[in-house]
Amino acid sequence: MRQAFIRTLCDLAAEDDRIFLLTGDLGYMVMEPFRDRFPRRFFNVGVAEQNMIGIATGMAEAGLRPYAYSIAPFAVLRPFEFIRNGPVLHNLPVRIVGMGMGFDYGHAGPTHYALEDIATLRTLPGLAIVVPADSHQAAAAIRQTANLERPVYYSLGKDDHQSVPNLGGRFAQGKIQIVRTGGDIALVTMGSVSAEVVAAADRLSAVGVEATVAIVSGFSPDPVPDISELLSGFRFAISIEAQTNTGGLGAFVSTVIASESLQCRLKVLAVYHSPDGTSGSQSERWRKYGLDRESIMRNTLALMGKTSE
Amino acid sequence: MQELTARRIRQIVLRESKRANVGHIGSCLCVADILAVLYGHVLRIDAPDDPDRDRFILSKGHSALALFAALALKGWIAESALTTFCGDDSLFSVHPEARLPGVDFSTGSLGQGLCMAAGAALAARLQGSGRRIFCLISDAECNEGSVWEATMFAAHHRLDNLTVILDWNGQQAFGRTRDVIDCANLAERWQAFGWLTSDVDGHSHAALSDALMRSGPPGSRQPHIILARTVFGKGVSYMEQGIPLTQTHLRVEPINWHYLPMSDAEYQIAVSETESL
Repeated sequence: MRQAFIRTLCDLAAEDDRIFLLTGDLGYMVMEPFRDRFPRRFFNVGVAEQNMIGIATGMAEAGLRPYAYSIAPFAVLRPFEFIRNGPVLHNLPVRIVGMGMGFDYGHAGPTHYALEDIATLRTLPGLAIVVPADSHQAAAAIRQTANLERPVYYSLGKDDHQSVPNLGGRFAQGKIQIVRTGGDIALVTMGSVSAEVVAAADRLSAVGVEATVAIVSGFSPDPVPDISELLSGFRFAISIEAQTNTGGLGAFVSTVIASESLQCRLKVLAVYHSPDGTSGSQSERWRKYGLDRESIMRNTLALMGKTSE
Repeated sequence: MQELTARRIRQIVLRESKRANVGHIGSCLCVADILAVLYGHVLRIDAPDDPDRDRFILSKGHSALALFAALALKGWIAESALTTFCGDDSLFSVHPEARLPGVDFSTGSLGQGLCMAAGAALAARLQGSGRRIFCLISDAECNEGSVWEATMFAAHHRLDNLTVILDWNGQQAFGRTRDVIDCANLAERWQAFGWLTSDVDGHSHAALSDALMRSGPPGSRQPHIILARTVFGKGVSYMEQGIPLTQTHLRVEPINWHYLPMSDAEYQIAVSETESL
């Protein structure tokens, strides 16, 4: 989604001279098109994420539209309190861009994993959160949310080529996107692991289990009516996310099921353990933490009582 | 509109602190002169919602009552509204809230105001505006690493429209700065970071005014920090000396008047002493 981000931002900046791009010294082979086209609107603020959010707050108060970019844990977790007291408390249109969803930076190790950014930021109701599942949706989401008067967080994946079948660049705040329909189980997911979930659904179909796959592409507004309506038609659901199991997608879906009194049994697939110090590719990490297609398939069959697991 | 003087700021601080029965009095009193000079004749603000007004950021937000007093004396907020200070459902808390007219940024968490000020200064330059940014920080606040992130950024980008006033009172929330994190050489530190520095008596209006009008050598384009040497609790002798007149079981130390509310007797003495300042 890196290329989709910078391409879309360049398009937006050509139309809106309030747009500025700040980076915490990251973005090699990403930022260059913006830097070269809008050199006076590009600032590398250095390796200083707290200051970057403070700078963005000061700029937004003056009527500018700063996008503050770094690798997700550095963009969110380091300056979390600056986000809370700056753009959110002041309700200013700062955009925070966190690069690398879940285990995107797999070989870089646990310091670079983004397993808590969504849950952490969901604690700030004033902040819109956008979690695209592929580049097409990322481009649409960045464009659609460009004129929001309130702050926005974009969680973006590194991959530029992956595409979720049937998503087709659809995005709407507070809505889910259905990319596959089936009557046996609902698979609810978000972010770049979505393509893996669709692959799991295809495999399930081969063994006679038809799954609906729903993409949650943002919070605040939370897609409560959509999830409620969807799950009211299912006895079983699984949520899949490359985030820790507290506060993210699984927690959201659980809350909807409980508060709407839905008769739907949910299994939350997420990261249940602190990192053990190992690293690996994103697909290896998904396997290790039970988010890959085989794990999704196995858990589906177990939840539906079709195996002994 | 009433005359905007440091004495009037101190009187309002004492009156509303007493009414609300809260502390942070020492922190408010020691910046009364700085605020009186800033709001008296330095800040160029035709109206608090003018986009091209100078910005003031009280990064040491716990002195908000002194700021509220200055804003009331400017006529931007009703002085009568200050009776809700620290009341229920009030916008007037111990720390400033940007929803109030004349408050540009909400603060309260130390180390954040200067970062926002640097962004505000950058924005002014980008917009071709002549507005200036003033930010009041404290010496203890320099314990926060983010202060130095912003300090480096402002020097690198030559933000000469940014002026920082550092309230150098030697006191922090649970001790003296020299015992906690010593910062005796603040001027050398900021000079090393590429800033213009001034070192002044933070209670001398003439010295503060001169420093606030100062700029660096032609073409230097340096941000400016004014190290304002202040006395915690300035204007009330027992506060300056850290004496808890009523709660005599407490040790004598300046930290007391970071927290204590005033008894009736203490209030009477404080009012009478600030009258004669």
